[in-house]
Amino acid sequence: MPAVRGDGMRGLAVFISDIRNCKSKEAEIKRINKELANIRSKFKGDKTLDGYQKKKYVCKLLFIFLLGHDIDFGHMEAVNLLSSNKYSEKQIGYLFISVLVNTNSDLIKLIIQSIKNDLQSRNPIHVNLALQCIANIGSKDMAEAFGTEIPKLLVSGDTMDVVKQSAALCLLRLFRKCPEIIPGGEWTSRIIHLLNDPHMGVVTAATSLIDALVKKNPEEYKGCVTLAVARLSRIVTASYTDLQDYTYYFVPAPWLSVKLLRLLQNYTPPSEEPGVRGRLSECLETIFNKAQEPPKSKKVQHSNAKNAVLFEAISLIIHNDSEPNLLVRACNQLGQFLSNRETNLRYLALESMCHLATSEFSHEAVKKHQEVVILSMKMEKDVSVRQQAVDLLYAMCDKTNAEEIVQEMLAYLETADYSIREEMVLKVAILSEKYATDFTWYVDVILNLIRIAGDYVSEEVWYRVIQIVINRDEVQGYAAKTVFEALQAPTCHENMVKVGGYILGEFGNLIAGDTRSSPQVQFELLHSKYHLCSAATRALLLSTYIKLVNLFPEIKNRVQEVFRADSNLRSADVELQQRASEYLQLSIVASSDVLATVLEEMPAFPERESSILAVLKKKKPGRIPDDVKESKSPQPSITPAPVINNSINSNNSSADLLGLSTPPGTNATTGNGLLDVLGDLYSTPKKSPTTVQQNNIKKFLFKNNGVLFENDLIQIGVKSEFRQNLGRIGLFYGNKTQSAIQNVHPELHWTDLHKLNVQMKPMEPVLEAGAQIQQMLTAECIEDFADAPSMSVSFLYNNVPQKISMKLPLTLNKFFEPTEMNGESFFARWKNLGGEQQRAQKIFKAQGAIDIPATRTKLAGFGMQLLDGIDPNPDNFVCAGIVHTRVQQVGCLMRLEPNKQAQMFRLTVRSSKETVSQEICNLLADQF
Amino acid sequence: MMQFMLLFSRQGKLRLQKWYVAHPDKLKKKITRELITTVLARKPKMCSFLEWKDVKVVYKRYASLYFCCAMEQEDNELLTLELIHRYVELLDKYFGSVCELDIIFNFEKAYFILDELVLGGELQETSKKNVLKAIAAQDLLQEVSSQDNELV
Repeated sequence: MPAVRGDGMRGLAVFISDIRNCKSKEAEIKRINKELANIRSKFKGDKTLDGYQKKKYVCKLLFIFLLGHDIDFGHMEAVNLLSSNKYSEKQIGYLFISVLVNTNSDLIKLIIQSIKNDLQSRNPIHVNLALQCIANIGSKDMAEAFGTEIPKLLVSGDTMDVVKQSAALCLLRLFRKCPEIIPGGEWTSRIIHLLNDPHMGVVTAATSLIDALVKKNPEEYKGCVTLAVARLSRIVTASYTDLQDYTYYFVPAPWLSVKLLRLLQNYTPPSEEPGVRGRLSECLETIFNKAQEPPKSKKVQHSNAKNAVLFEAISLIIHNDSEPNLLVRACNQLGQFLSNRETNLRYLALESMCHLATSEFSHEAVKKHQEVVILSMKMEKDVSVRQQAVDLLYAMCDKTNAEEIVQEMLAYLETADYSIREEMVLKVAILSEKYATDFTWYVDVILNLIRIAGDYVSEEVWYRVIQIVINRDEVQGYAAKTVFEALQAPTCHENMVKVGGYILGEFGNLIAGDTRSSPQVQFELLHSKYHLCSAATRALLLSTYIKLVNLFPEIKNRVQEVFRADSNLRSADVELQQRASEYLQLSIVASSDVLATVLEEMPAFPERESSILAVLKKKKPGRIPDDVKESKSPQPSITPAPVINNSINSNNSSADLLGLSTPPGTNATTGNGLLDVLGDLYSTPKKSPTTVQQNNIKKFLFKNNGVLFENDLIQIGVKSEFRQNLGRIGLFYGNKTQSAIQNVHPELHWTDLHKLNVQMKPMEPVLEAGAQIQQMLTAECIEDFADAPSMSVSFLYNNVPQKISMKLPLTLNKFFEPTEMNGESFFARWKNLGGEQQRAQKIFKAQGAIDIPATRTKLAGFGMQLLDGIDPNPDNFVCAGIVHTRVQQVGCLMRLEPNKQAQMFRLTVRSSKETVSQEICNLLADQF
Repeated sequence: MMQFMLLFSRQGKLRLQKWYVAHPDKLKKKITRELITTVLARKPKMCSFLEWKDVKVVYKRYASLYFCCAMEQEDNELLTLELIHRYVELLDKYFGSVCELDIIFNFEKAYFILDELVLGGELQETSKKNVLKAIAAQDLLQEVSSQDNELV
């Protein structure tokens, strides 16, 4: 039995020895139960126990708990110890409480009272014991009880340094539990100034607190930037002897340095104060210079501490993303680490480089290390390091190196660890689609993926290849030929059968000319796999067969035979049975014309972003670089996606025999019919890569859906529908970044409150990275109005408050009901509405050459009925509609006369209400 | 911020656990069990960091004992490794070439030392001297009080 330090408790040591001597688990449990019974009887007994005995038994209970047994008594005795006047008893009492008391214990009031007494103590050791207990438990009750006391301790001039340190971290813990306990006002500056404290330990503790406060309220604590840079500068320029015991293996104050560097990552580079910025750059340069110096010690502690600071400095440089030379220098430094013999360093270097790859300044520099990274992926002994290498390759990929990287990843996939295969498959699928310049290459890659790692190829991946093949004529023949070849392998993965079945069903005719892949051969080849496949695949193949019947009437009899087979027509699987019998009937009763119509080639899928990316993001939130360089490859390109729920869409069978179309961006948090807006949302920005920073409200005159606002952080899409004087507007907030957007708070403003009523449904204040949430608005038009409501949205990104504002696409014309009428009644009404108060007219210049079809399209979207063949001049447009408001309905007529020679338009609006005529005229003027 | 620290033996026996986040006991046990298994399964030359669930695990083996910290994503891995080392140094200084048995028999001391080094999941004091001074001051108070005890 080893010596016991301090005031040993012999009984405890004996008990521990006993336990250690137990030969079996059963013996141990027996010994423990005996002890528990003993302690219980002592605690319940008539004899009052003295402090020492209580301490001893409480300590034994603790030990039993640490062995993994539940302890359900002794809490009261421990609380008694808290008020002992002997320090050792008090300390054990506190330890028991810290380890074993949960926050909602009914003893918490008693505990708080004891802590209060100890906080008042003149002995700093007692005060610290109390603070440590608060920090360990950190419950709401404690925050309430000590919320005023502890901030005072922290900034008071009388408090000893050791107590200040504990007070800072204690306050941090309580702040995390209840953020409102931090006093504002003058306290802010006093807390910030702890960064100047002469005691390094105090600064170290305080920096953690300030970091948390800054995250909550960056503006208020902004003053800390200057102080933090100054402090950092003093540390990095200090020699290792200056800081005495705060130097760790020749590295001056590494922990504090890292905390300060982390604190600075809460802000954008301090640009308002060039002095501060310059000083920070100097610090970072110094850190790089020191990294190049020969090591002052061979100990790993020295290099770890030095590199810890370096990595944190690099994180800050990446965060600021503003100094190209520092970014490139970081990249070179990390490049050296890639071949370091320390696994830890290689791991971190790969991870850090992954972030560098997403900066436009350092992307190229990262690419220089491609070879080493590929080697890491292949050769590293540790799978977590290989994983980092894969992540980095993914991040560094662009159109110049895509073929090589994809090739290497495919090659590695054959031997890759099971744990990372699925993710690699997704990555290969994304990269090959995103950077494909030649889609035959893409098809090859995906088929290879299925061949090499078929089990890991998820539905999204094979759905996607089919969507792309269907949408691209030029690759269809090649795809048919390639899948045909792939299916000839004696064993091929079921996913290959699915892809092969689908593609041959659509495009088998493109290779049927070759006798080696004649219709019969194609059919028999597919059918040879049929019996090995699951029901879902068989169902797909049955659809393929009926499609083949349409393509090749000559194999109809053979296919009918298959449909008729008992295993299909009387299959236990109801889906197979139904398909077999329906397809059989179809092939019997339908004429070839009908067959050709029913089984026509699938229409192109709407171009939308790949759902694969969303799957990958879901797997690894926050670890997928969002950026990655604007794709120059042909469409479909991948844009950062909202989180998409991928499930097989079961309700689209009417249009799609095979149930293949991936549901369009199904919103993760809600799920309702409005959601197809995503289709528009993510295709619109492709045309204007600079993004629709501010919405052009006028374009929404003619349509109800689209992107209302977009910047680098957020995209707001809209989809609305109107009926009579009512409207429903869905707003879709998409987070384009890798971190959560918080405190999202939209607000509406408009002047015509009594004319238009708009209600906004509450929404979640947090927008997770990559996610999209929806908010519904309802609108009621009470009277005709002229002012569209504005909306401002405030939110926090990286704790920096942001505010954007825009107009809502809610204009009077949305409440139009189109009205059909003949020429006679049109002109009769036109004449009736000829009064001064009823007409509005404007003459304006055309925006470009007058484009009649484009003008028609716009007018059709405006909401009035476009009446053809009424105006004697065929170039003129006349329209009619009724504006619905709650108080009245206003009939409205419009005539638009283009003058091609003069490039002018004359617009006339007539209605029974002057304000309506004017507003409609104002809305339409200058729009053509 | 550190979420928890575990010390366990090569045989998988838990020697010390310190939690800085509030989890129900059941969950703590589950996490402990799974993490110990995961770490013990790793080979010696492997990287000391691993992404595990939503935490970053940093571990190092000293003789028969594993020291294992669960950190948040933004925390610095290398310095966590050195935080472990500093803790080991402190134990070593206090016990005089520490071994697993010291920690078993004096687990409460191991806790007291850790409380001086890390508070509420954040590093409190990095100076070895200052931590040892604080512990020595506690021991002095203990001795005074245990002498009282003997007099009674």
